[in-house]
Amino acid sequence: MALDREQQLEAFRRMLRIRLFEEALIAHNPVGHLSIGHEGAIVGACMALRDDDYVTGTHRSHGHPIGKGAEIGPLMAEIFGKRTGICKGLGGSMHLTDTKMGLICESAIVGGGFPLATGAGLSAQVRGTDQASLCFFGDGATNQGTFGESINMAAVWKLPVVYFCENNGYAVTTPVSMSHGQPDIARRADGFGIPGITVDGQDVEAVHAVTADAVMRARRGEGPTLIEARTYRFDEHSNRLAIPIEYRSQEEIDHYRNERDPVALYRAILIQRDLLADIEAIEAEVRETIDAAVTFAKESPEPETSDLWDNMYANPIGLDRAMEGQS
Amino acid sequence: MTLANSTTRLSYLQAIVEAQREEMRRDENVILMGEDIAVYGAQSLFDEFDASRLRNTPISENSFVGVGVGAALTGLRPIVDLTIASFCYLASDQLINQAAKLRFMTGGQLSVPLVVRTSTFYNNRTAAQHADRPYPLFMNTPGLKVLAPATASDAKGLLKAAVRDDDPVVIFEDINLWNKKEDVPVDADVLVPIGKAAVRREGNDVTIVSIAGCLPHAMKAADDLAGRGISAEVIDIRTIAPLDSTTILSSVAKTGRLVIADNSHRVGSVASEIAAVVCEEAFDALKRPVRRVTAPQVHVPYNGALEKGLFVTRDKIVAAVEKLN
Ligand SMILES: Cc1ncc(C[n+]2csc(CCOP(=O)(O)OP(=O)(O)O)c2C)c(N)n1
Repeated sequence: MALDREQQLEAFRRMLRIRLFEEALIAHNPVGHLSIGHEGAIVGACMALRDDDYVTGTHRSHGHPIGKGAEIGPLMAEIFGKRTGICKGLGGSMHLTDTKMGLICESAIVGGGFPLATGAGLSAQVRGTDQASLCFFGDGATNQGTFGESINMAAVWKLPVVYFCENNGYAVTTPVSMSHGQPDIARRADGFGIPGITVDGQDVEAVHAVTADAVMRARRGEGPTLIEARTYRFDEHSNRLAIPIEYRSQEEIDHYRNERDPVALYRAILIQRDLLADIEAIEAEVRETIDAAVTFAKESPEPETSDLWDNMYANPIGLDRAMEGQS
Repeated sequence: MTLANSTTRLSYLQAIVEAQREEMRRDENVILMGEDIAVYGAQSLFDEFDASRLRNTPISENSFVGVGVGAALTGLRPIVDLTIASFCYLASDQLINQAAKLRFMTGGQLSVPLVVRTSTFYNNRTAAQHADRPYPLFMNTPGLKVLAPATASDAKGLLKAAVRDDDPVVIFEDINLWNKKEDVPVDADVLVPIGKAAVRREGNDVTIVSIAGCLPHAMKAADDLAGRGISAEVIDIRTIAPLDSTTILSSVAKTGRLVIADNSHRVGSVASEIAAVVCEEAFDALKRPVRRVTAPQVHVPYNGALEKGLFVTRDKIVAAVEKLN
């Protein structure tokens, strides 16, 4: 199930959108946890899904909706905290959710997404659809109890879930080697009786191939798969966090930036395939999309105080008193 | 065909099972999940429904409540049986950080039509790790609806209303009421509205607000007080969040006196919130200070006699009312 030419260009487009979206954030308003360096892993995984498949993301949340093909303007406006944002300015950087694209939540509680993705898989199974559910998480999240609890449940019930680890080697400053008794995350699958696969996260097509297999397995009712994509975070854990210690070497960072950049690597491959003209057109188009999104976000109105209560309940009952806390 | 207004005699626990059966029949998206669900009354449901809708879960409270949330986000209406209310703490991340917040944080893109059932196991000699009544914690969580039925009819009608509600609802069932029988409506569409308290007995001299399993004690206290010439109005709040303050305030406007009976721990209890609301909104109507009858701020002991001493009784309510004269 290799990507055809159109899909290859689409994968490049989405990777570049993530890259330029985040570079725009750095330029305009330093905010949040960036996915620069993870684009190959994210887009490779998302390209293996249909629009109606479910995805749960993480605090590093910008890449996941973009990878799934969400519209850029409302995502940008959300990070600017505006009313036109995808979450009306109430969720923000760690919680970019677009339900139209199957994103059901991005959890800033590390490990919080495992049960939700598992529940979406349960829902697809009970309703008898062939939808799959893909759960993104980091290496750090695999030390939460929800990792084992949820994968175990999905394994017992053969739920259509793909557990997809973006292993960038660190949780904030803690390397995998210092937080995992057994640092090979894919091998943890053995404990649940499911397949565990390691893939180069900087190679978008390799990621796509293993994820597509796992998704087909899920749709066939054969249960969950654990995928570990080895990737790297180029920037700091979060732009807002000043990290006082040198927990990784400059040499290591430079190596990834210069030799292992998933966007640059894929661009070179597509040029070898004679797609330079298409790439240049995409580059111009994505730049325009991002610029337009920034303008839209800047010019959009702030949310109103009353929006807070409008979004609390589907069926509000007796909220008048609750509003008095304001006065 | 059932006759309009016909009833059948059911215990509180049977009424809960009936509610689940009726809702599962009505809507195929309703599923039930939890640990060993058959033990907690669902055995007869296995005879009727496909096992894919009845899920015995591994012992993974945080995750199986979260699985319920994920399923609720994507088209099902799960009932998650969290059996013993002390286990709510394990699931509190998924209840508070996810279920309660997802609608808000996504600007209304998501709804979470989830029901979590859980039981307060106090007065059952189970000691401190099984005997909690943690509903004030969830009253303090915006985004949740919190119910505490005190009768079999309410247990059925409120659970059914919760299943049909598009928001996350946590129901605290009281095991001290499990065997209490009552005539319960047979009609599968009789619901008890969420957010409405019930006036169980009318009176003029004092308002007794009762929460969950305090109701039988409050009713007996009102009988006692009537014998002494004191006319007590008894309100069963039924819904803890959102609180029906209107019914409470209009009763206090009439009686001028308020005693609140609540088996949760005293500090930050539901009784505390009701007392605060009445002091803010109806201070002028009060002829005497508000009094709370609650469990003290101490853990529940194993010893049965000591345990019984902690909770609300008829005598404690009567004594509190007498202090208001
Ligand atoms: C439950 C919880 N604990 C701690 C944090 C603080 N925190 C945010 S991100 C993070 C590291 C996560 O590492 P990993 O899962 O590897 O993802 P990465 O940041 O590397 O993408 C931590 C500790 C949190 N948000 N939630």
